[in-house]
Amino acid sequence: MKAIIDIKSLKKDYHVGEVTVHALRGVDLEIRQGEFVAIMGASGSGKSTMLNIIGCLDRPTEGTYLLDGVDVASMSKNESAMIRNLKIGFVFQSYNLLSRTSALENVELPLMYNPIIKARERRERAIAALEAVGLADRMGHMPNQLSGGQQQRVAIARSLVNDPVVILADEATGNLDTRTSYEIMALFQELNLKGKTIVFVTHEPDIARCMTRSVVFRDGHIIREDEISNRLYAAEMIKALPVEEE
Amino acid sequence: MNLGNLIKVAINALKRNKMRSFLTMLGIIIGVASVITMLAIGQGSRKSIQDQIASMGSNMLFVMPGNMRMGGVQQGSSGSQRLTVGDVNAVRTECDAVIAVSPEVRSSGQAVYGNSNWPTTIYGGGEEYLEIKSWKVVSGRNITDSEAKGSAKVCLVGRTVADELFGEGVDPTGETVRFKNIPFKIIGVLGEKGQNSFGQDQDDVLIAPYTTVQKRILAQTHIQSIQMSARSAEESALAQTQVEEVLRRTHKLREDEDNDFMIRTQEELSTTMTSVTEILTILLGAIAGISLLVGGIGIMNIMYVSVTERTREIGLRMSIGGRGVDILLQFLIESILLSVFGGLIGILLGFGASAIVEALTSWPISVMWGSVILAFAVCTVIGVFFGWYPARRASSLDPIDALRFE
Ligand SMILES: Nc1ncnc2c1ncn2[C@@H]1O[C@H](COP(=O)(O)OP(=O)(O)O)[C@@H](O)[C@H]1O
Ligand SMILES: [Mg+2]
Repeated sequence: MKAIIDIKSLKKDYHVGEVTVHALRGVDLEIRQGEFVAIMGASGSGKSTMLNIIGCLDRPTEGTYLLDGVDVASMSKNESAMIRNLKIGFVFQSYNLLSRTSALENVELPLMYNPIIKARERRERAIAALEAVGLADRMGHMPNQLSGGQQQRVAIARSLVNDPVVILADEATGNLDTRTSYEIMALFQELNLKGKTIVFVTHEPDIARCMTRSVVFRDGHIIREDEISNRLYAAEMIKALPVEEE
Repeated sequence: MNLGNLIKVAINALKRNKMRSFLTMLGIIIGVASVITMLAIGQGSRKSIQDQIASMGSNMLFVMPGNMRMGGVQQGSSGSQRLTVGDVNAVRTECDAVIAVSPEVRSSGQAVYGNSNWPTTIYGGGEEYLEIKSWKVVSGRNITDSEAKGSAKVCLVGRTVADELFGEGVDPTGETVRFKNIPFKIIGVLGEKGQNSFGQDQDDVLIAPYTTVQKRILAQTHIQSIQMSARSAEESALAQTQVEEVLRRTHKLREDEDNDFMIRTQEELSTTMTSVTEILTILLGAIAGISLLVGGIGIMNIMYVSVTERTREIGLRMSIGGRGVDILLQFLIESILLSVFGGLIGILLGFGASAIVEALTSWPISVMWGSVILAFAVCTVIGVFFGWYPARRASSLDPIDALRFE
């Protein structure tokens, strides 16, 4: 499989006043198409920084980064915005849906920033994405009319709608209870089985074991990389949960 | 994002906060409405003053005895200062920029017809008097030259006098009215003029031959003023110098002596009066303009609040591919919509307020299209100007910081 993400000796420094924070101190990471990579590590170890750079929201201080064969490390702001629009899908811990805006319109949003896509196609693709996350019957709902899990599904639909080369999720199950987390994981696994490349930051080991590979950060370094041997399936994990009381 | 979508996004954002959007617009609404109304009032009062001054006569000049520098107008206080019919004749024959000239004498008193009586003023003039004073005869006829010179007991009545003595709208031509016990045969009715710029009812008059008023009512030989028409508005200054020359000679004034009479022109009156209203218009307009400015600052304030409130939205939009310029335009269009929409409502309100003022004051108020276009242009500029800084701030946010914003 070809490498979607190819990162070599990447460093990221933050300057806060006089102090320089070395958030990433030389990272090599290659992610191939179809992989489902768990990024793990203690708080402050550089996971989010890594994910933001992968998502072209941030630029490395040093090192090279090829996304889908293109050098994105030295792009201008506008070029990065275009790359994000065409090749990246983000899922956040706190959903980040626009309030008082229907699920459908939230999902349409990324395509609004793509001038090639006309209103009709935009709508069709948004509907298809919502159907793919199992929210066909909630399209007109506002975020405050949806549960946390449903809101995260809308966010996942939004990350899918532009057919990105990689979906980046930063603790996407962090705000959800165990059952809902597994449901969301089941959805991610389903997407991964259909061929989507996913990079997923988490610090929950059972969530990480649903993926294909884990990468562990500490103090801005990758300290371990493992292929996950006995992979778990979230759909089965839900069945194993104690039955909720009615 | 294309413009259509940007506008749609902006409208949705404004609709989400209807009350706030409305209150923000209110500043602009009030500002624009007051600019338009104030300018319309200024324009209307100016026009009404011009109309009134025009109704006083046509390219009129008049001479009064005395001199401002000698302490007020001293009418006929000494023999040398008096104006006479001889002065009138000299002006008539010698001043070619003057096309009509008439003596004027006046007296106040009771006009009586049957049981009715009414306090009014009788003006005595010559044949050209009506023409100079822009009087129209709506019924009957003017005073003839022989009546004017022969102290005939005839008169024309103003509409107010006719209404008071004979009843609303009655044509009293042919009747006889007594003024200070002298019977005058009514030979005609004057057309309506309405109030002059000093608020006097111009229709409250009788007009009779000057000789009649001089001899039978006042018992005097001098006249109170000379009324004239210049050939045109442009020639009124020329007429003024010509009249001055003639009167200095007939009054036998030496080189070093001041005039013992004053010449005023309608032009002068018109300019002084309109310059007053002009200053007033500028003042009112400036105050209204300031309220528009305050409205603009209100928009800026709310846009800053809105940018802060929606920091996470901005971060999200950036993370899914919104460029700086997309964010900038989104907020800029929002503020332009606020101010332009507020401006439109303000324009309508301005028209309404002007109509109300017109109904209340009966000034010929007209909303100037210039001021409407100006108001609209100013609103757009306000939208861009006061929206620019908040929008600029929004677009320069760092997406990661914005997404993390609590
Ligand atoms: N914008 C920033 N300015 C300064 N320091 C930062 C910034 N973002 C992250 N850091 C620092 O970089 C390190 C890595 O942060 P982060 O990638 O968010 O960790 P994680 O997501 O693994 O918890 C931390 O020490 C954090 O304090
Ligand atoms: Mg983090």
